[in-house]
Amino acid sequence: MRARVLVRPKAGILDPQGVAVEQALPALGFGGVANVHVGRLVELDVDDPASLDEMCRRLLANPLVEDYEIQLLDDAP
Amino acid sequence: MRTAVLQFPGSCDERDALAAARLVGDADLHWHRDRDLRGADVVVVPGGFSYGDYLRAGAIARFSPAMESVVELAGEGGLVLGICNGFQVLCEAGLLPGALLPNAGRRFTFRQVDLEVVRTDTAFTSACEPGERLSVPAKHSWGRYYAPEETLDALEAGGQVLLRYDSAHNFNGSLRDIAGVMNAAGNVFGLMPHPEHAVDARTGSTDGLRIFESLRLAVEGARA
Repeated sequence: MRARVLVRPKAGILDPQGVAVEQALPALGFGGVANVHVGRLVELDVDDPASLDEMCRRLLANPLVEDYEIQLLDDAP
Repeated sequence: MRTAVLQFPGSCDERDALAAARLVGDADLHWHRDRDLRGADVVVVPGGFSYGDYLRAGAIARFSPAMESVVELAGEGGLVLGICNGFQVLCEAGLLPGALLPNAGRRFTFRQVDLEVVRTDTAFTSACEPGERLSVPAKHSWGRYYAPEETLDALEAGGQVLLRYDSAHNFNGSLRDIAGVMNAAGNVFGLMPHPEHAVDARTGSTDGLRIFESLRLAVEGARA
């Protein structure tokens, strides 16, 4: 099974990367942008999708400071 | 007293940590694949970029065989010191509370910082004078100490905050100016600044030696 894990900083925790991007966009002329957050994308093939949650808690994310979201994808070729 | 200084792929401060530890006792480098700590009294998890900081700083190194032994040693009361990336590794391994986040100012920063010694009655700070300030270098891009407010309250109430940045030197935005924290049992300590780079007058301050001298006093005191 193909899976995608999205990891993002928890709400309320300062996200310097997001701030940097948010400040850079107006400099390029893109106005009206707010609440930018930069996270991490992990894509993987797993035999047992039920193990994904534990993978996230133990390695792919740091639950103290990051939220994660698991998406199961179609087995596209 | 014998100190094992761990070495991961991507470590870069292990030589200075080794030299600093040798000023107060015997010390050896210890490759991370080697599970046997050979009776070391103290383990130093050094600074650098273990595993290239892939995923998150310290996230991969915590699973190395030597770290499994470090977790065991810590459980038995052995002394463990994590510096910079080593602090990140100890937090990821669950030996210390909290996490290190990207610096608030977004930049890698290298500067000398003044640290307030909060307590001098611990295995890591007993060679310091009460109220003493230590001048040591700090250099990192992921050094912003973070823990939830209730954890920070508990750390302060329990006397687990051993070092704070001078408020004008807290360049990374660490919560409550925290530069170094100890576990509740008092035998595991991590800090972002680098005491091992401040042990020789030829490179400036020798204040970092206090941390290593404290470890020696703790080990010798335990044997006496």
